[in-house]
Amino acid sequence: MNITELTVHELQEKLQSKEITIEQITKAYVENIEKYEKDVQAFITPLKENALKQAEEIKKKVENGEITNPLAGIPIGIKDNICTKGIKTTCASKMLENFVAPYNATVMEKIYGENMINLGKLNMDEFAMGASTEYSYFQTTRNPWNLNTVPGGSSGGSAAAVAANMVPWALGSDTGGSIRQPASFCGVVGLKPTYGLVSRYGLVAFASSLDQIGPITKDVKDAAILLNVIAGHDEKDTTSVNKEKVDYTKVLKNDVKGLKIGIPKEYFGEGINSEVKQSLEKAINIYKELGATVEEFSLNIADYALATYYIIACAEASSNLGRFDGIRYGYRTANYSDLKELFRNSRSEGFGAEVKRRIILGTYVLSSGYYDAYYKKAQQVRTLVKKEFDKAFEKYDVLLTPTSPTVAFEIGTRSNNPLEMYLADICTVSVNIAGLPGISIPCGVDSKGMPIGMQLIGNKFAEETILNAAYTYEQKCRFRDVFKSDNVSPKGHM
Amino acid sequence: MQVSREEILHIAKLANLNLKEEEIDTYLLHLQDILNFANIVSNAPVDDLNESIGANDTYNVFRKDEVKVFEDNEALLQNAPEKERNMFKIPKVIQ
Repeated sequence: MNITELTVHELQEKLQSKEITIEQITKAYVENIEKYEKDVQAFITPLKENALKQAEEIKKKVENGEITNPLAGIPIGIKDNICTKGIKTTCASKMLENFVAPYNATVMEKIYGENMINLGKLNMDEFAMGASTEYSYFQTTRNPWNLNTVPGGSSGGSAAAVAANMVPWALGSDTGGSIRQPASFCGVVGLKPTYGLVSRYGLVAFASSLDQIGPITKDVKDAAILLNVIAGHDEKDTTSVNKEKVDYTKVLKNDVKGLKIGIPKEYFGEGINSEVKQSLEKAINIYKELGATVEEFSLNIADYALATYYIIACAEASSNLGRFDGIRYGYRTANYSDLKELFRNSRSEGFGAEVKRRIILGTYVLSSGYYDAYYKKAQQVRTLVKKEFDKAFEKYDVLLTPTSPTVAFEIGTRSNNPLEMYLADICTVSVNIAGLPGISIPCGVDSKGMPIGMQLIGNKFAEETILNAAYTYEQKCRFRDVFKSDNVSPKGHM
Repeated sequence: MQVSREEILHIAKLANLNLKEEEIDTYLLHLQDILNFANIVSNAPVDDLNESIGANDTYNVFRKDEVKVFEDNEALLQNAPEKERNMFKIPKVIQ
């Protein structure tokens, strides 16, 4: 048995039946990090020794009955924009290269509250701005399915680490697709929860009205388990919603009979790779066989939504990133003669090119003379997008689209053309604008063996519906059994 | 909308960023490209629609204004680029 190929719910079973120990789990993952990390480059701060020590301590406490959490001793990887007390949180930026958070994000309090083990902080695009993880200040993460391709982004480190079996699961964050698109590129499951379901306290803000933290996992059941851990109201995040807790593992019924699936035809048109399209069409037929009703309809907002997304996200980023001034934390320039120069030089030297580009774009659309034409208009389009989705959910339970118009692209092919990079988000951004939940699950591979992702979108707080729909498809098609993890062991320089 | 060199320099100044001479043209090009694309929002049928500031419609969330002391000064000051005793050090502001 290879421990690192198991899902978390399988690990839990084996722990229960005493086939494996907590220490063995962490040890197996640490060994994989040692084996694969040099190729995949998913970690910014690996915590191998720490994790092994913790595993030993937790094992003792479980044995003497001191702790009983069902997830005790399960390791996890954390995207490096989620604050971890006493451990560096860099946002993959020179600006925060040495930043050690003085407190834990609420999601980390919950993870540690379950006695889970942090295996390390994972790579990302700088401040989560990007779709390939090439905009990290530290390193470019590689896709374990083909090391010459990107893992997607911005949670590329999280998705690649899960795909390469270096962590059993991970947390990512999603502002315009940053959980779902890398999950799709790396052949794993990625869930962006409804806006407000998971606390953003301690998530370094990129675009506050769009950001959500969510799970990246090997299968749908694990996503439900991890969502159970992180969901819930938090008084420290006023946008988090106070609603009754749901056990998301109980909603996986393996049954979609009568489920109404809407297929927005605009998401299957021009610009969508033909192999991606074919794979999605197969998936649609499987849903039909499973008893769901499927209907095509028009959701003509994709282009508006993408433009709106970049206006709103950059506007909010330009404001959120105003806090980085070289005073209390973060990078401070060595060259300054007064305070003004300290601000400007620290920011200019501390931020990377893409972050500066977005701050400039955001400042532009908020500046006098352009506010009405761009920002105000975008906020109106946000209303339009919400209305169009409301209309769609009057008729359908779930909307089905590709997660990304293409499979993982080659490293270096888009990083110099920002607009082309932005187009990678076309299928995912409208979900964030409307604050809806979306999940990406693998639904096949292309002729080169690269994974293709299917996105299921639900109505607000209808995580149950998309999780069950994803689970039912997964049980039928068993992607992980067909495309064994052996195939996923980093290829290229082994 | 055409963005001028002066405009991008003005925007950079507002954002507290310096642009190197060789960066200006690239940023100008990229900004123009992205704005040309973003202009599509001007055609959206939204004339009679309100603006949404977020996904949810709750605008204000109130709580009691209670002071909670954060006691780990050391952890906060650990991140200070420059400090003296238990204070953040900055260049002189008042001449």
